[in-house]
Amino acid sequence: MERIEVLKTYKLYIGGQFPRTESGRYYPLLNSKKQTLANISLASRKDYRNAVVAARGAFGGWSSKTAFNRGQILYRIAEMMEGRKMQFVDELMVQGISKSNAVKEVQTSIDRMVYYSGWCDKFQQCFSAVNPVSSSHFNFSVPEPMGVVAAISGNSSSLLGLISIIAPVIAGGNTIVVLASEKYPLCGVTFAEVLATSDLPGGVVNILTGKSSEIHSHMASHMDVNALLYCGDDKAEIKTISELAALNVKRVFVRSEKKLEKDEHENPYYIMDFQEIKTTWHPIERVGGGSGNY
Amino acid sequence: MNQKENRISKTEKKLENVSKTVFKDWKYAPSPESTEHVKIAPRYDLFINGKFVKPESKKYFDTVSPSTEKKLSEIAEAGEKDVDKAVSAAKNAYDKTWRKIPAKERAKYIYRIARMIQERAREFAVIETMDGGKPIRESRDIDVPLAANHFFYYAGWADKLDYAFPKTNPRPLGVAGQIIPWNFPLLMAAWKIAPALATGNTVVLKPAESTPLTALKLAELIQDSGLPEGVVNIVTGFGKTGAAIVNHPNVNKVAFTGSTDVGKIIQKAVAGTSKKITLELGGKAANIVFDDAPIDQAVEGIVNGIFFNQGHVCCAGSRLFVQENIAANLIEKLKERMESLIVGDPLDKNTDIGAINSKEQLLKIQEYISIGINEGAEIHQSSCALPNKGFFCKPTLFLNTSQSHRIVTEEIFGPVLAVQTFRTIEEVIEKANNIPYGLSAGVWTDKGSKIFHLTSKMRAGVVWANTYNKFDPASPFGGYKESGFGREGGLHGLSAYLTI
Repeated sequence: MERIEVLKTYKLYIGGQFPRTESGRYYPLLNSKKQTLANISLASRKDYRNAVVAARGAFGGWSSKTAFNRGQILYRIAEMMEGRKMQFVDELMVQGISKSNAVKEVQTSIDRMVYYSGWCDKFQQCFSAVNPVSSSHFNFSVPEPMGVVAAISGNSSSLLGLISIIAPVIAGGNTIVVLASEKYPLCGVTFAEVLATSDLPGGVVNILTGKSSEIHSHMASHMDVNALLYCGDDKAEIKTISELAALNVKRVFVRSEKKLEKDEHENPYYIMDFQEIKTTWHPIERVGGGSGNY
Repeated sequence: MNQKENRISKTEKKLENVSKTVFKDWKYAPSPESTEHVKIAPRYDLFINGKFVKPESKKYFDTVSPSTEKKLSEIAEAGEKDVDKAVSAAKNAYDKTWRKIPAKERAKYIYRIARMIQERAREFAVIETMDGGKPIRESRDIDVPLAANHFFYYAGWADKLDYAFPKTNPRPLGVAGQIIPWNFPLLMAAWKIAPALATGNTVVLKPAESTPLTALKLAELIQDSGLPEGVVNIVTGFGKTGAAIVNHPNVNKVAFTGSTDVGKIIQKAVAGTSKKITLELGGKAANIVFDDAPIDQAVEGIVNGIFFNQGHVCCAGSRLFVQENIAANLIEKLKERMESLIVGDPLDKNTDIGAINSKEQLLKIQEYISIGINEGAEIHQSSCALPNKGFFCKPTLFLNTSQSHRIVTEEIFGPVLAVQTFRTIEEVIEKANNIPYGLSAGVWTDKGSKIFHLTSKMRAGVVWANTYNKFDPASPFGGYKESGFGREGGLHGLSAYLTI
């Protein structure tokens, strides 16, 4: 007799755990023949709020890890992805992607993670400054992470879009709650399993599945979120989240998912979008001596 | 205490008493800055397309000196039609001239403006003080030189932008709509206009309704500088005028400095448009003094932190945190120092604290003072006399305040300091950051490692360690959280005006 396949339950990823949605709701994911591939958790506002609590709780620890260590952890994520390459390819294929495109997407995703891993302890040097002020002070400016970022994926990919959102945000020391692609959610859940085995502290990345149309306004109005990243193309949703962001002066970024496979999606400015610049002053005392003409 | 120390301390006490009695009645002779060479026209029109034009609205409003309550001039109020004219002039100048001028030449115009401000510095300082009430010492030594330096600094960036943002091909945005507050009228105009021009944008600027004069004098100066017509337009008016700028479809960039409440309205108003926005909003900075800090310097820093510019400073150190074991000593010294502050005629060169910017603002401060008293905090004010005319407020301390007090959580924008004590570093970091604002912070300690721990833990855009309220064109300024986003000053201040 042919072996019966063990099917996977697709759940949310919050605070390093895999809970079902507290709402108990789901939406069926269908393939092109209208057959059910999986029942996807339909995350609620409450799930989102729980995820923000987890992300805020993880922010202090993640942002104060050494930059070098963050780089190692991102690299470890890439290593774990490499090990699951075939699983990602299979999942992309059941979601209707051709094999060659699926392979390319997975490879690009892994390479993109390695790319941002490398930036973790380098972008600060490119974007810091020692400022030549006209008074007797030492004055310098450095980037610091903004805090908790909420993000909404577009529907142009299952894996690469998600990686392109998460990697630059966490490389800079932020924590994130991200809504995976509504149309192609499978890789998001599998990627969460990668994260869970990658030395990434729980709560740094939280992945929800569900409907942007239902949850985007809640994501934008939450008062303990510092910034929003929107990668969809719904103009009404963009307007709504931009308006609600004003409640606590959230920073809002809208990014296109066009040509996701191209190198233009790999740059340190995507990290800098989610950095604050902090400037520190300290007096220099002229204590005499050291005339400077030595 | 051994005998020798005892003797020394007795002698010190004696000397202190002598100085108190001898110097008590010493008064500074009046030393007013002359206003004779200053030219203020009886009426100012709108500066649009290189010319002063009468407002379509046909409306004018008075600008009043807050120290004398006398009318200085009347100012055109720009309506929607006027704003439309100004934006069209800016767009036209952007399309037809400014974007086509080589960056090197653009720089030279900005250098010219810097130089001309330096040449007319004294006139600008006197008018700034007359119109806004700040001490002449501050407008002369801080506001006006910093404004000139800001133009000089950014002028040099115009032809070097590729080095600031590698691999991006930085491009200007178009027309920048800029709205500025009344606390540093000329300086804020410089902070807005200089980087906008250096990056190749054109400008429609609205000064605050209570302090329009130096911006209009700047318009005269810009006319003299030969800057192509329409590159800078200055329209005066109230909030409605500002709203017309923010909502104009041909404005590509909105830069606002002001209150968090208005900032939120603006952020909401531009939502869903392609307008780029930067906000520099309110603050409620923690100024933290540890027991190992140099106390006398810290007291100077506290005074500078809260009483500089009558406390009309978004980054004012309005929440003082003192380590408990030195609190009694420090507060005594602080009270003593407050007694020596001279409050009065802002044109007098000896004045430390000038006039509150407007009657409206004075009423707001007075309301907060009564809120503080009603909340149960202990008030202390300097015993100084206030002038009979004009809007003045005594330097004010509130002791025994707590995190939940409104005078601790809300921005007062006046010479009112809320004092709290703390025991541990953990406690003070928690308290300092537990507020929606994040513009600035101050830390006072002699220990280097402690400084860096504290400065890195403060969720604020500008942190002063063993100093306070220092500004420089090369130094980025701007907030975290609800204090706004974007930076002004330095290399980082360029990106607000560029597509990168």
